[in-house]
Amino acid sequence: MNVNQPTPMASPYGQPQPGYGQPGYAPLDGGYPAPYAPYNGPASAYQPGAPPQGYSPFTSFPSKAVAANPVSDLSSPLDLGPARGPPVSGAPPVSAPQPYNQYSHSRGDMQNGPPLMTQAPPRPAVPQSYNQGAVNLSGGHPSYSQHYGPPPSMQQVTNQMTGMQITSGPPTPAGPGYAPPHSSQPPASTAYSAAPPPSYTQAPPPASSAPTQPPPPSGPAASQQYYGGPPPPSQQPFNSSLPPTSQQQFTSSAPPPPASQQTFPPASQQTFPPASQQTFPPASQQTFPPSSYSGPVPPPSQAPAPPVSQPQQPFPPAQPPFSSAPPPVSQPAFVSGPPPPAQGSFPPRAPPPSSQPGSFPPPTSISSGQYPGPMPPHQQPPPSQPPPYLSGPPPSGVQMPPTSMAQSNHLPPGPQGPPGPPGPLQQPQSQPGMQGGYPPQQNGAFGQVRGPQPGYAGPYPGQPNYGAPAPAPAPAPPAQKRLDPDAIPSPIQVIEDDKAKSNEPFTTGVRGQAPPLVTTNFQVKDQGNASPRFIRCTAYNMPCTADMAKQSQVPLAAVIKPLATLPPDESPPYLVDHGESGPIRCNRCKAYMCPYMQFIEGGRRFQCGFCSCVTEVPPHYFQHLDHTGKRVDCYDRPELSLGSYEFLATVDYCKNNKLPQPPAFIFLIDVSYNAVKSGMVNIVCQELKTLLDYLPRENPEMDSVVRVGFVTYNKVLHFYNVKSSLAQPQMLVVSDVSDMFVPLLDGFLVNVNESRLVIESLLDQIPEMFADTRETETVFGPVIQAGLEALKAADCAGKLFVFHTSLPIAEAPGKLKNREDKKLIGTDKEKSLFQPQVGFYNTLAKECVAQGCCVDLFLFPNQYVDVATLGVVPVSTGGSVYKYTYFQAQADKERFLNDLRRDVQKLVGFDAVMRVRTSTGIRATDFFGSFFMSNTTDVELAGLDCDKAITVEFKHDDKLSEETGALMQCAVLYTSCSGQRRLRVHNMAVNCCSQLADLYRNCETDTIINFFSKYAFRGVLSNPTKAVRDTLVNQCAQILACYRKNCASPSSAGQLILPECMKLLPVYLNCVLKSDVLLPGADVSLDDRAYLRQLISCMDVSESHVFFYPRLLPLTKLESGSLPMAVRDSEERLSKGGVYLLETGLHLFLWVGANVQQELLLNIFGTPSFSQIEPSMTNLPVLDNPFSQRLREIIDSFRAQRSRYMKLMVVKQEDRTELIFRHFLVEDKSASGGASYVDFLCHMHKEIRQLLS
Amino acid sequence: MATFPEYIAQNEERDGVRFSWNVWPSSRLEATRMVVPVAALFTPLRERPDLPPIQYEPVLCSRATCRAVLNPLCQVDYRAKLWACNFCYQRNQFPPSYAGISEVNQPAELLPQFSTIEYVVQRGPQMPLVFLYVVDTCMEDEDLQALKESLQMSLSLLPPTALVGLITFGRMVQVHELGCEGISKSYVFRGTKDLNAKQLQEMLGLTKPSATQARGPQTAPQPLSNRFLQPVQKIDMNLTDLLGELQRDPWPVTQGKRPLRSLGVAMSIAVGLLECTFPNTGARIMTFIGGPATQGPGMVVGDELKIPIRSWHDLEKDNAKFMKKATKHYESLANRASTNGHIIDIYACALDQTGLLEMKCCANYTGGYMVMADSFNTSLFKQTFQRVFTKEVQGSFKMAFAATLEVKTSREIKVSGAIGPCVSLSAKGPCVSENEIGTGGTCQWKICGLDPTTTLALYFEVVNQHNAPIPQGGRGAIQFVTQYQHSSGQRRIRVTTTARNWADAQTQIQSIAASFDQEAAAILMARLAVYRAETEEGPDVLRWLDRQLIRLFMFHLRRSPFLQVFNNSPDESSYYRHQFNRQDLTQALIMIQPVLYAYSFNGPPEPVLLDSSSILPDRILLMDTFFQILIYHGETVAQWRKAGYQEMPEYENFRHLLQAPVDDAQELLHTRFPMPRYIDTEHGGSQARFLLSKVNPSQTHNNMYAWGQESGAPILTDDVSLQVFMDHLKKLAVSSAA
Repeated sequence: MNVNQPTPMASPYGQPQPGYGQPGYAPLDGGYPAPYAPYNGPASAYQPGAPPQGYSPFTSFPSKAVAANPVSDLSSPLDLGPARGPPVSGAPPVSAPQPYNQYSHSRGDMQNGPPLMTQAPPRPAVPQSYNQGAVNLSGGHPSYSQHYGPPPSMQQVTNQMTGMQITSGPPTPAGPGYAPPHSSQPPASTAYSAAPPPSYTQAPPPASSAPTQPPPPSGPAASQQYYGGPPPPSQQPFNSSLPPTSQQQFTSSAPPPPASQQTFPPASQQTFPPASQQTFPPASQQTFPPSSYSGPVPPPSQAPAPPVSQPQQPFPPAQPPFSSAPPPVSQPAFVSGPPPPAQGSFPPRAPPPSSQPGSFPPPTSISSGQYPGPMPPHQQPPPSQPPPYLSGPPPSGVQMPPTSMAQSNHLPPGPQGPPGPPGPLQQPQSQPGMQGGYPPQQNGAFGQVRGPQPGYAGPYPGQPNYGAPAPAPAPAPPAQKRLDPDAIPSPIQVIEDDKAKSNEPFTTGVRGQAPPLVTTNFQVKDQGNASPRFIRCTAYNMPCTADMAKQSQVPLAAVIKPLATLPPDESPPYLVDHGESGPIRCNRCKAYMCPYMQFIEGGRRFQCGFCSCVTEVPPHYFQHLDHTGKRVDCYDRPELSLGSYEFLATVDYCKNNKLPQPPAFIFLIDVSYNAVKSGMVNIVCQELKTLLDYLPRENPEMDSVVRVGFVTYNKVLHFYNVKSSLAQPQMLVVSDVSDMFVPLLDGFLVNVNESRLVIESLLDQIPEMFADTRETETVFGPVIQAGLEALKAADCAGKLFVFHTSLPIAEAPGKLKNREDKKLIGTDKEKSLFQPQVGFYNTLAKECVAQGCCVDLFLFPNQYVDVATLGVVPVSTGGSVYKYTYFQAQADKERFLNDLRRDVQKLVGFDAVMRVRTSTGIRATDFFGSFFMSNTTDVELAGLDCDKAITVEFKHDDKLSEETGALMQCAVLYTSCSGQRRLRVHNMAVNCCSQLADLYRNCETDTIINFFSKYAFRGVLSNPTKAVRDTLVNQCAQILACYRKNCASPSSAGQLILPECMKLLPVYLNCVLKSDVLLPGADVSLDDRAYLRQLISCMDVSESHVFFYPRLLPLTKLESGSLPMAVRDSEERLSKGGVYLLETGLHLFLWVGANVQQELLLNIFGTPSFSQIEPSMTNLPVLDNPFSQRLREIIDSFRAQRSRYMKLMVVKQEDRTELIFRHFLVEDKSASGGASYVDFLCHMHKEIRQLLS
Repeated sequence: MATFPEYIAQNEERDGVRFSWNVWPSSRLEATRMVVPVAALFTPLRERPDLPPIQYEPVLCSRATCRAVLNPLCQVDYRAKLWACNFCYQRNQFPPSYAGISEVNQPAELLPQFSTIEYVVQRGPQMPLVFLYVVDTCMEDEDLQALKESLQMSLSLLPPTALVGLITFGRMVQVHELGCEGISKSYVFRGTKDLNAKQLQEMLGLTKPSATQARGPQTAPQPLSNRFLQPVQKIDMNLTDLLGELQRDPWPVTQGKRPLRSLGVAMSIAVGLLECTFPNTGARIMTFIGGPATQGPGMVVGDELKIPIRSWHDLEKDNAKFMKKATKHYESLANRASTNGHIIDIYACALDQTGLLEMKCCANYTGGYMVMADSFNTSLFKQTFQRVFTKEVQGSFKMAFAATLEVKTSREIKVSGAIGPCVSLSAKGPCVSENEIGTGGTCQWKICGLDPTTTLALYFEVVNQHNAPIPQGGRGAIQFVTQYQHSSGQRRIRVTTTARNWADAQTQIQSIAASFDQEAAAILMARLAVYRAETEEGPDVLRWLDRQLIRLFMFHLRRSPFLQVFNNSPDESSYYRHQFNRQDLTQALIMIQPVLYAYSFNGPPEPVLLDSSSILPDRILLMDTFFQILIYHGETVAQWRKAGYQEMPEYENFRHLLQAPVDDAQELLHTRFPMPRYIDTEHGGSQARFLLSKVNPSQTHNNMYAWGQESGAPILTDDVSLQVFMDHLKKLAVSSAA
């Protein structure tokens, strides 16, 4: 919530308001839709939801209120207007009130009302909101059940719930309570409701108004922040914009500032947050707690107040309507809204509503119409619930919740005190109810429901998992139902915030400084620590002791990408030559010379930073020290001043004490029937003719020294003699596959330039020779053996490119049988499917590693090929697996060729050994990636290319000191593609802390997720996937619970409080849990799962991030030079009238809404008709208009960023292929039963609460 | 009746048979006392240009255990159209086609002059000849080049329909697919792993019936060739190019090592390839090796140069660790090949040994050639190889394939065994003696490769009991039935029926003694001795021989390389014995007792004693040992030659003198197979040792002064001279009565 809000806040004051105005969404949608959609969407959504209602009434407010509801509201408002009218009016009001009350309560509870407020209004708020949400969720479940039953009330509840989630519980009870609370707080509430909203909306504009509201806002605002995202982000964003003051307030303590806060809440928060955090570490801590508070505070700012006010009044109607149609509508509205302008001016929003109304009038109907596909389900579900109320209600309820949440936040302040108690109580109750109700809702309510319960039900077989006590499915729960998706931390918001603050180059000189996110473009200046492009850590402030580490459960890990490609404006690591004696190293731990070595005794000795051992400086390396104790030549020597550099290795570092030979590339091509028929053989041979000129080289002016060899095979192997002196190549058939050997030496591995004619002749003839083949059986083990033997014979390292099509069933070592058995999925034996079928390949992999033989596997399967087994060698040798299922020359050629080109050309090191040394106190204990380990410390990589990352986990074996921090040095010994033996050294120092809060302030969620995913994906080899999922959830719950317990200020258990750095942990974690590996859909093949599993294991943070949380860009408007702001991965964010680009790092989708404007179609496809779009196209037509050009530019740039070429898939709304596309809308409930974000968050909250209790 | 020598010559001329005794003692007891058994040297395909091929099939005795062929010795009842088998006395009806038979209208097989007759079998398909080259690539470029040229040349000598195949080997073994366009294709096998025929068939993809043919009709049944064995006319160019592109084995050979040569596997693959594609069809595997097998099954020496290949010394001390295993490997190959009627030739050209000792059975069992030379780049090899493809008048090769020899005997005599390039077919029958000599226990042998000079020694046993005398004038008959594949692809059957008189040794000892053929007996005994030397161990053979017979040539036999291993490597011994066991009588005699001619101004060339006393300064000597043709210039002649007198017109006679032996030598060289080593040396020349080692050392450094200086040259040896030998024998003969 906060996050969302923050951003909005931060960016544009007005926007925030708009956002707040979410209510305005409805309207806004109309106006803002597209532009805001992303940002505002979320932010606004939060409170907006509420606003909408308010909106209608108060245009200005609406915006805010809307914002909260917005998501749903969008439509809802409108809907509400008309459809809801009746029902809404009836129910809504009630619900609304309740929600409010509840909210207030909940928040109050959460935050403990006042206190929280005072303490850390800002953050608390957020957390609170979460908590509430969670609470609600918990309640939600029950509520769901109830929901169904008592839709009307439910809705209200849900609304409240959602809004609050937090509010959740409270709703029902709240309802009643609320009323009182409100009444009690009336002022506040009123203020809120009335004032706040206004303040919000107005806030920006009318400072004065804000002031008035301030007080309440502060509270709420804080809460909101929490919601949004842990305050920090939100705050930061805010800070930037206005908030400073408010933030400060927050940080310091929300209370005082309140007034001011209120005024500035939004802005202030944003602005300040960062400041506060940075400025006052403690503050930050405080902030955190405060955050919760702040949260509250923000809430007010956000719209809590507004929402409240609005909500209350408008709510009833608004929400219900919203819920029903709103979500979809709202979004569409947004999108369509191109609202950008809207943002600028609130007014628009107001108008929008009206306009929207017109368009959406019949919320339900509209919604359905618009999102026929998606909506229906929602609607339907809602229907069930809504029925009572209205069809709309439920949804609205859901959406409402957010708003309500926001509001609640706001309210809380006031009501908190009183409501608080009830809140908790209520919450529980509500939760039970929720659970009960959930299941149904899940199905039913998309937007609303989906979040919390639906997802849960699905993913977590049972609410049981949730353990949601929920037994009491009391009516209360119903109310709680859902969280407003906009009210929960938005990845987009966080990403954008980070982008916004990273303008300066990132300098690595400061120890323990977390780098910008992987989604941010930034420049790095190496000042003594390795660039984040080489090393990213989960925590830049490691706990000093093992106890702390254990308590927090935060994984201590680093993702190392030793040969990462640097952007052109950053210089690659310098090459250092220490002469014949080799690199200078510590005598004891053998660490390489680095900036952490302390020179003493006038420079005659140095003390190792890792083990403290003192070593003599060799005479040739001696240098005097200056007055500061630094060597005079410190800045002349990369190894003394930089974080990353390379040493020239001496013969001592070479295998057999012999300088290495230049490496070789061997191409092994399957020429069985399938391979020939699919066109693969032809394509490969054609491509190789040109590709061979691009073999990797270090000096672009020189020819590559890499030699090449060719083998084709089916049941037998064909080697080729392509010696330059031959007129024609010679084929040597080895049919003795049981005992592989290399039939020739001279003439097999050749220099491309010398043998060019013969090679070309060969490549021309291969497709012809096998054109009529009828051989369908293939071998695989012997193929790798052949390459390995060839390298052995040539006494060099190298890489095998294997192009393979089918399960190797021919009689030979490594023969496999088809063991695809889907019945095993979900059983304890499922893990066996990920394990290799035979031990042969493990042994083979070991031999390959010993020789420095890296294997890249290109698969073109038409059926099961057992990737789990075939991939063993590539994975163990640092190679890659590429898979082109049902390969068709026409459709997949481009992807394959681009992958192949990149794979052949990319820089790669061979025969590598990586070792991570650490300072005393921690130790690298576990490694994840594509490599082989024969002992516990050395990571052996037959090949290491620029795309491979290795995740290293650290454990304490002693205490660390805060003074010295924790050092790590990753040294990779490898043979470069020119045959030079080198050592690449990356150094990294992080801080150490004795306070948990410090740890939580300096984490990187993306890296944590990278670690978790690898950990889990390896876990499935030995554990049932369900157990793996549970473990993940548990650990995350523990991390968050620990934070809540130790770092967040005391607050109601019902509050979900997330650390700022980890506020996205739940959503990302949910993505991991829903991945095909851990939770496969019915149509996901075993091969795909094994493939993904292996793929993830060597991904770096940036790839894993986009893999788990795809990038979704609205394309309605494109500007050169910048990308449109991404939107969240949820169907709700898609507008029927829009076109979206979704990128996962592996796939690229262009989603085209059914109602997209002709002009857009013409621009993109050159056709005016939706129905004429050819869904099978893999590239956009080249059209001469700026839009098309820019779009293709964007697509090209995306492709260039990723290590694998992404085939473009055009998905038309409502087309069959949309199912595939929807799979990547990771915030939604997935077809395979994965929870929606909202649901999962609720679940998470429940887990945390259980841990805390 | 002509004299026995004439009779013998006539028989040899007509039937290719020479018996040790031409009148046979009539009882077992007497025969045993004769010491030299009744035995025969039989040359199955002795050239008979005058023999018309009979275009029908032979008439066989109807008795199942007999199946003798109708022959001139049979009694025929022309009226009843019956004939009586002269072996089993079964009366047989003539087949309907003989209906017109009468005293004046006899079929050829009944005419006495056709005691040897050849039938051409009309049934069955004509099989192509198959030539499979197995080529070593581990050799110097020069050698390889010479070999490649020889091989390319040989292609032009093959009949267009002959199938050829190519296997090359070094560290790996490559089976070349022929006739592919563009990329040349070969199947590669590692040289350390033996494969059986079935594995090979799978690996070469030769499982046609099930795999390829089932798939489509386009692979018309073409059983007569496959990818590896194709008609010369079709792949002539292709194969020529392929041979031209042959490279020396590219695997690096480190210093102090021998190249890795996978001969054992290469031969195994060759045998396997033919086994699964052309069983029971005539085929030649021609193996060209430039050194010993150094890896895999069949290796005879390791690749460490510092460990030399085994010598007789090692063999005696049982110190040759690879020999037994290798021998076993090659023996099994030889057996497989012979079972399928395939010939294995070995052309070994290297300065050192190549393992002929271990591989000898390949040639010996299959009737293949074994040729030993120093290099492929010598005329010895080139011409020998060329001579393999010699053609007869009709234009077919003088070689025959996949033959079986069956021997049928009268009741009084049985066959004990055979010695020669054959293997037993283990055919038991009434005429098989229990007493085995050589390859016995059978009345049928397989001779995969035959040429017109291939001669077998067959040993018989008289089984008639002393108390069952044979009626006066009775004759014992022996029929040799040789079925073979003619090089034209026809199956032919040659039948030789011969008979000898029985005589009571007590009453007719004179006639028996007169019928003794000492040359034949000598060779027969020598073969027996060599056989025993091969199969038994130790010097006992010499002692046995001494006990058996004492004749002049036995002195030389004792000194010959067939029995004497001193100064010979195991390979050489194997080579010599191989040749000895297959050559005909004349050649064999030369081998044992070389021929020495002297050329001088004193008169026309004359044969002289193989004695050191024959070595005189003013003579030119021409020695023919079968394996070597040596021209030796006496001391004075050598000096004249060095002074260049032959260049001067006034000494033209000297030039003629010098030229005469050379011309004679050329003549010998041209007719002989394998090509002998031609040596031109002079007094004091290092090569003169070949002469000195052969002559009877009547003068040695011990007694040279006793004989006077002007006669002959002293031989520096401790060997006994014939004089001493004879003295010793006389002593023994007198005293050994006891």
